[in-house]
Amino acid sequence: MASVTMTVNGKQTSADVDERTLLVQFLRENLRLTGTHVGCDTSQCGACVVHVDGVARKSCTTFAWQVDGAKITTIEGIANGAQLHPMQEAFREHHGLQCGFCTPGMIMAAIDMVNRKGNDLDDKTIRHELDGNLCRCTGYHNIVKAIAAGAKAMAK
Amino acid sequence: MTATGIGAPVRRKEDHRFITGKGHYTDDHARPDQAFAHFVRSPHAHAKLKKIDTSAAATMPGVIAIWTGEDFASDKLGPLICGWMVNSRDGSPMKMAPHPALAAGKVSHVGDAYAVVIAETLTQAKDAAEKIVTDFEVLPAVIDPAKAQSKDAVQIHDVAPNNTIYNWHIGDPDANAAAMQKAKHITRLDFINNRLVPNALEPRSALAEYDAGSENFTLWTTSQNPHVARLVISAFIGVAPEHKLRVIAPDVGGGFGSKIFIYPEEVVCLWASKKVARPVKWTADRSEAFVTDAHGRDHVTHAELGFDENNKIVGMRVKTIANLGAYMSTFSSAVPTYLYATLLSGQYDIPSIYCEVDSVYTNTVPVDAYRGAGRPEATFVVERLMEVSARELGVDPAELRRKNFVRTFPYQTVVASLYDAGDYDASLAKAMDIHDTKGFKQRKRESAKRGKLRGIGYSTYIEACGVAPSAVVGSLGAGVGLWESAEVRVNPTGSVEVLTGSHQHGQGHETTFAQLVSDRLGIPIDNVTVVHGDTDKVQFGMGTYGSRSGAVGMSAIVKALDKVEAKAKKIAAHLLEAAEGDIEFKDGKFSVAGTDKSIGFGDLALQAYVGHKFPTNEIEPGLKEGAFYDPTNFTFPAGCHICELEVDPDTGAVTIDKWTAVDDFGTIINPMIVEGQVHGGIAQGVGQALLEHAVYDKDGQLMSGSFMDYAMPRAWNFPTFKVDVTKTECPSNPLGIKGCGEAGAIAAPAAVMNAITNAIGTEQIDMPATPAAVWRALKQSAPARAA
Repeated sequence: MASVTMTVNGKQTSADVDERTLLVQFLRENLRLTGTHVGCDTSQCGACVVHVDGVARKSCTTFAWQVDGAKITTIEGIANGAQLHPMQEAFREHHGLQCGFCTPGMIMAAIDMVNRKGNDLDDKTIRHELDGNLCRCTGYHNIVKAIAAGAKAMAK
Repeated sequence: MTATGIGAPVRRKEDHRFITGKGHYTDDHARPDQAFAHFVRSPHAHAKLKKIDTSAAATMPGVIAIWTGEDFASDKLGPLICGWMVNSRDGSPMKMAPHPALAAGKVSHVGDAYAVVIAETLTQAKDAAEKIVTDFEVLPAVIDPAKAQSKDAVQIHDVAPNNTIYNWHIGDPDANAAAMQKAKHITRLDFINNRLVPNALEPRSALAEYDAGSENFTLWTTSQNPHVARLVISAFIGVAPEHKLRVIAPDVGGGFGSKIFIYPEEVVCLWASKKVARPVKWTADRSEAFVTDAHGRDHVTHAELGFDENNKIVGMRVKTIANLGAYMSTFSSAVPTYLYATLLSGQYDIPSIYCEVDSVYTNTVPVDAYRGAGRPEATFVVERLMEVSARELGVDPAELRRKNFVRTFPYQTVVASLYDAGDYDASLAKAMDIHDTKGFKQRKRESAKRGKLRGIGYSTYIEACGVAPSAVVGSLGAGVGLWESAEVRVNPTGSVEVLTGSHQHGQGHETTFAQLVSDRLGIPIDNVTVVHGDTDKVQFGMGTYGSRSGAVGMSAIVKALDKVEAKAKKIAAHLLEAAEGDIEFKDGKFSVAGTDKSIGFGDLALQAYVGHKFPTNEIEPGLKEGAFYDPTNFTFPAGCHICELEVDPDTGAVTIDKWTAVDDFGTIINPMIVEGQVHGGIAQGVGQALLEHAVYDKDGQLMSGSFMDYAMPRAWNFPTFKVDVTKTECPSNPLGIKGCGEAGAIAAPAAVMNAITNAIGTEQIDMPATPAAVWRALKQSAPARAA
C-alpha cells in the first residue's frame, strides 16, 4: 500500500492505496470525481487529461503515488462557482462536443494549450496540439473553433 | 422561426453536464457492495477447450466466483441471436450458429470469452484470471473471407457448410446478363471494403443488480436501444423475464452502431448478479473493446457498370462476399443485403441491377452495423464505378452523373427502393459552385510547381434512413417492427416531459426534441425535458440507429402532440364557453376565433388537472398522450461531397486540402447539430479511406488491436469542412425530415478514393490509402504514367 496526499480542486485529500492505483482510478473511484474519463489503455485518447500543478497530464498513465503532494485540477474544478470557465463556455457555444465523453480531457488539454501557446491560436497549431486527444463524434471541426474562441476569451 | 423553434441553431441543453464533468455514463455509476467481473478470453482464433483448471485461481484473494461456459450452459440459458432472417436464393434460411454468452467446448475468435471471474476488486479479478490454466487444442483458422468458402477451409460451425451463412441475391440474373450484353462499354472494378473498428470513445460497460426481495433485475448498460436489449435478454436468452428487468442506458459516449447489439458481457453480468447476490460491474478496456465490439464493413466485391453509346447506364452487376465474423451479431444479416443492395442504384436511373451476396463465417470478431451500415459499401461501389467509368469513357465525371440522374419522383428503382423526393442536380451544382471546381486546374498547376499531385473526387451519394414500415421490414425478415413511440406529459404547471423510445448518445435529442415541443406548444424550451433510455420510464421504443430518430422518433412526438392539442381544445372550449370548432391554438394560447377570449397553455394545463370547469365524465382529467408512429416509407437523404487533396509522390502522404458537402436532409430542426453530424460522418469516412483498418494476420491475431496500431483520425488529418444544404422535403413523415447521422460516413470514402486515383492516375489501390499504399501504387503505375 502507498500513502498519498494531494490537493484536488482545492481540497486536500489523503488515502492509503494499492501501489498500482492510477491517478485516474484514485480520482474516479476514491474521490468519485467521474468527470475524468478512461477511453483507452495506451495513453492515446486523452479523455483522462487533468492538470498536475497546472500542467496537463494523462491521469491514466500516472500512478497516484507519483503525484503525492501535488495540486490536481480536474474538469469539476475549473468553473468559478456557477460561472463556467471560458473554455467550457466556448465548447458549448461552438458545439464542440456531441457524446461528451472526450470533452473533459479536451477542455483540460485546451486550457493547457493556451497556457503554453498563448491566446491567439491558429487552426494549424490547434490541430497539431490535439494530437494526444481523440474525438470520434465531431470530426474536430467545432472543437478547433471552440478552442480558438476559448483561447481568446481567456485573455479577457 | 422563433429563437428556439424548428430551424434555430439552439445551443444544446445537455451540454452543461458534459462540460462540467457531471455526465453520468455507465462506468460512472457505482452500487453499494458491487463486485467486478473480468472475462477470460481466447488468445487463439479457433481452438477446442480441452480443460480449464480454475483451482488455483479460485484461491486467489478477493475471488467470489469463477464460472466457465459449461456452468453458463448448465443454467439452460439461450444463446445470443441474430434478429433478422435472410434466406438464400433457394429459399433456405440463413445458417445461424449458436452464440453462447460464454463459449463452451470451443472458442471461435481471439477475444471469445469462455470464463468469467467475479471478485471484490477489478485488480483481484484480473490477478485471479492470470492463474486459470486452459488446455487449448488449436485448430486451423479461416480469416480471409474470400477463402472462407473454399474446399480446403476448416469448417467453423457444423450448421454452416462451406462457412456460408447464405447466398442471397436481388434482381433477375438472366435479364441482367441480357442487359449487360447490350452495353457498348463496361467498367469493371474489384475492391475490398476494409474492416473497421467503430471505437466509440466510451468503452462498453455493464452494471447489473438483482434485488432478491422483489426479484427485479436492473442493468445499466452502454446501449443505443435499451428496450430491444431488454426484449432479447428476456425473450431469447431468458436471464430475467421482461417485466422483471429494467434496462437503463444513461449517458452513452458514442455508439455508431456498435452499441445496438446485445453482447455477452451484459448477459453474464445479469446472470452473475443473481448468483453472487451482489451488483456486478464490467467495463471494457480499449484492447478488450477491439476484440469484442462488433466490427464494420469487410466486403470483397467485383462490380461492373455497363453504358450504351450515349453514356447512359444500361446495367450493373455486383458480386460481394461479406464477412460476418465468428458469430452472427444482432442485425448482421441485414447489413450486406437489405441495407446494401437496395441502394446500388445510387442517384441514377439504372434499368437493370443484379447483385449476389455470400455472407460467410470466419474466425474473427463478429461484424455488424457501423455508421452507415451497408450504405457506405453500396455508395463506394456506385461512386467508384461512376468515376472510373467517366475516366474510361473520357467524359467529365459530373457530366456523366448528370446524364444518368433520376429526375422524376417517386422513382422506383429495380432494387426495391422507392425514392420519394430529391433534386440531385441541385446538390451537385451547389457543391461544385461552393467548392470552386472551375479553379481546380489552376490549383493543380500550382501543386505541380511544388512537386505535389493534386486530385479531385466526387461522391453523389444516396442513402436510406428511417427503415420502415414495420410490415415491409417484417416481410424482409426483421424480427422486430421499426416504428417509434413517444409520450407527452403536460404537468399542471404547464411544463412538459417528453418520453421517447429514441436514445441519444451524442445526437442532441434533449435539445432538438425540446425545440419541436417548444415550437408546437408555444412554451419556453427550458420548460421541456426529454426523458429517454430507461425501460421503467419509457414504455417501449426501438432506439437510435440508422439516422432514424428525427424521421421516426420525432414523428411519434408530433403524433402525441396532435393528441394533446386535440384534447386541450376540447377543454378550452368549456373554459372559454365556445364551440370546440371555434378554438384556435397559436403561440401558446387557446383563443375563440374572432374574439379576444383566450387562455394560455399553462393555465389550461392546470385546469386540465384540477378538473373543475369541464365535464370529467365526457373529458378525462389530466393532459398526457402517447403515440406509436410507423412510417410509410424509408427516407432518402442524398447529396454531393467533393474532396480535393494533394499527394506527395516522394512519400505517398495524402493531405486533404478542401472538402465541400452539400446534403439534402429535408427539414432541419437544428442546423448547428446537423452540421456537427456531417463533420463527424466525414471524419469517419475519411478515416476509412486513409487510416483505419482492422488487420488480421493469417492466424487470426488482430494486428491493429489498440490505438497504438489502429490509426484513429486525429485533428490534423482534416481541413476545415465547407458544409451546406439543399432541401426537398420528405413526403412520408409529418415534419419532412430525412435524417443526417450517417451521410458523411456514407459519402466520404468514395470521394477520397476518387480524388486519390485522380491524382495518381491509377485505380489499383484499396482502402486505407496509407502513405505506403499510395507510394506503392505510384511506383507500380509509373511506366503507364510515363507513357
